[in-house]
Amino acid sequence: MIVIDIIISGLILGGMYAMVAMGLTLQYGVSRIMNLAYGEILVAGAFAAYWLYAAHAISPLIGLIIIVPLAFAVNWLIYTVLLTPLVRRAKNREVLEGDSILFTFGLLFVLQGIGLAVFGSQYYSAGYLRFPVDVLGLAVPANRLVAAIVAVIIGGALYFSLTRTRMGMAVRAVAVDPRAARLVAIDVNRLSALAFAAGGALCAAAGALVAMFQTFSVSGGVVFTMKALVIVIMGGVGNLGGTLVAALILGMTEVIVGRLIDPGLTLAANFVIFLAILLVRPAGIFGRAA
Amino acid sequence: MLKTITTIAAGAVAAMLISGAAFAQDTIKIGYAISKSGPNAAGAAITTLPNYKLWIHDINAAGGLKLGDKRVPVEVVEYDDQSSNEELIKDVERLVNVDKVDILLSPWGTGMNLAVGPTFAKYGYPHMAATAATDHAYEMAQRWPNSFWMLGTSTMGANALVEVLTKLQKAGKINNKIAMVSVADAFGIELSTASRPAFKKAGFDLVMDQSYPITTEDFGQLINQAKSSGADSFVAFSYPPDTFGLSGTAVATGYNPPVFYTAVGTAFSIYRDAILHDNVDGVLGIGGVNTDDPKYKDYAKRHMDVTGQAPDYWASPITYASLEILQQAIERVGKIDRPAIIKEIQTGSFDTVAGTIKFDKNVNTHVWWAGQWQNGEFHGLAPSTMEGAVEPVAPKPAWKAAK
Repeated sequence: MIVIDIIISGLILGGMYAMVAMGLTLQYGVSRIMNLAYGEILVAGAFAAYWLYAAHAISPLIGLIIIVPLAFAVNWLIYTVLLTPLVRRAKNREVLEGDSILFTFGLLFVLQGIGLAVFGSQYYSAGYLRFPVDVLGLAVPANRLVAAIVAVIIGGALYFSLTRTRMGMAVRAVAVDPRAARLVAIDVNRLSALAFAAGGALCAAAGALVAMFQTFSVSGGVVFTMKALVIVIMGGVGNLGGTLVAALILGMTEVIVGRLIDPGLTLAANFVIFLAILLVRPAGIFGRAA
Repeated sequence: MLKTITTIAAGAVAAMLISGAAFAQDTIKIGYAISKSGPNAAGAAITTLPNYKLWIHDINAAGGLKLGDKRVPVEVVEYDDQSSNEELIKDVERLVNVDKVDILLSPWGTGMNLAVGPTFAKYGYPHMAATAATDHAYEMAQRWPNSFWMLGTSTMGANALVEVLTKLQKAGKINNKIAMVSVADAFGIELSTASRPAFKKAGFDLVMDQSYPITTEDFGQLINQAKSSGADSFVAFSYPPDTFGLSGTAVATGYNPPVFYTAVGTAFSIYRDAILHDNVDGVLGIGGVNTDDPKYKDYAKRHMDVTGQAPDYWASPITYASLEILQQAIERVGKIDRPAIIKEIQTGSFDTVAGTIKFDKNVNTHVWWAGQWQNGEFHGLAPSTMEGAVEPVAPKPAWKAAK
């Protein structure tokens, strides 16, 4: 019984972590923007879903139809208007990473400030689909289960489009080596903008799913940024498969440690695994050494 | 790198806040640092800040604080401590030394009030700790005679909960098993430490005793473990984010123990309005008020009118009472003479929205510690010696599924 409990809970948590980290894989792995405001975009997605649900009775799942394109457009604008000058100026990827950290760090406060002015620092909860579903004899919250299933669908679609389409191949080429990608006539700037926008859209979608089952507040973004960063770096920057594996490892670890040892040690266990993986494979599980 | 980032952030926030302060003669300057961001922000925004706002509004509406025979208006200096003890202490030092405030108001939370105690004491400002629940209250009051502990001690909290559970067990409503979880922060440690011997003494068997870090977001494992523990009573010494998380998870996993108790945050109006909605009835929590008391009703209405939000059913009226005490003491002394004000608070008797308060060695013992949502309002259950105490109801009705 406890084994089933751990496996199911671990898969659900891991699936959620994968959803949270997927957008950052695109933004950091492909566009090379180390987006410290990532969590704020996610929280913005959560608030959008909450607002649609509370004020207009639109379920968070239907809300995705509105939130995802909107987030795509907003993030595309952020990249083309605000980040392109940094990209142009940067001599190499390292410089761009440094500059983008400073820029997105400022963006974090702008977004948080707007959020605080509109919603205040209180906690919100949409409480959508809040009832148990029986899975192999275990009562699983329906909202978490649905969120995990949607995450798997979105993750699958992303994986398919990255590995099976021409554009996906181009995106992967940019992730591996933007200079070489240019040589084969790939428009790196356009694809970077596209990857950043798609990453932002995934991020906001994750926020909308999180809003279904978790209480959240305007100042809670940094937790998501940290978690997504750990997962992306652990999986190997720019490698979607690595992100999924890393997310599942973290989810499983948290559940096993929380249930069998002590909930106080979940965070420590996460970082022990993170360190161990980086010691053995400095570029992440599936990362290629530079 | 993160350290640098936090430092930059702290600088930026401080700079933004300083520019808001104005300086003028013939006013009384009131200053406070409070968590406007970070994990403590939600509690502060619900319990403490609206009361500060209401109080300042009330004073200025009356023409100011009455010093002798003239009324002196008040002005306010506010800083964000970002839920960090270090920032809090720096901010309070700045309020005293740079802004030269006449009166300091306290931050939100047990840990924050304990952290800032020495600073208030060093400069001799009265410290009305309205949102701190600690067994060190008497010890702290002795060490810092300028500090006043409005919520009593955590042992009182543990005893009140035991009183309620014992009553239910004697009535055959629950078994003697308790599953307890607690947040690994000052408050959770205080309450769980005080409760272990109290449960044991009353013949209860603690079948689960688990602490969790303050950053926890996924409560599924804790709830599953409690579910399989066989306990009829689930007790969580939790802070607002975890209170909401645990309650939401319990509903979502269909965990329906006869007694479901969560601590800080349960008595918030948003617990009913934003978290549990029509599932709120039957939940037990820390705090309580006498909802029939006309003084509370009047206070709740003014709170709503001025701040646009309802007060909570625990520390809100206590916080406002702490401000009334401060104000009455200042007006009795008739000038900003802090040692005299402190002496007046220590010895005087004060008429407040939370009843008549007279400190017992700087500790207020006249506090609700356990309450229950009944018919959409959070009523005080214990100590049953409090006026207006209602009887506990168990088992809690099963959660209704949300859409």
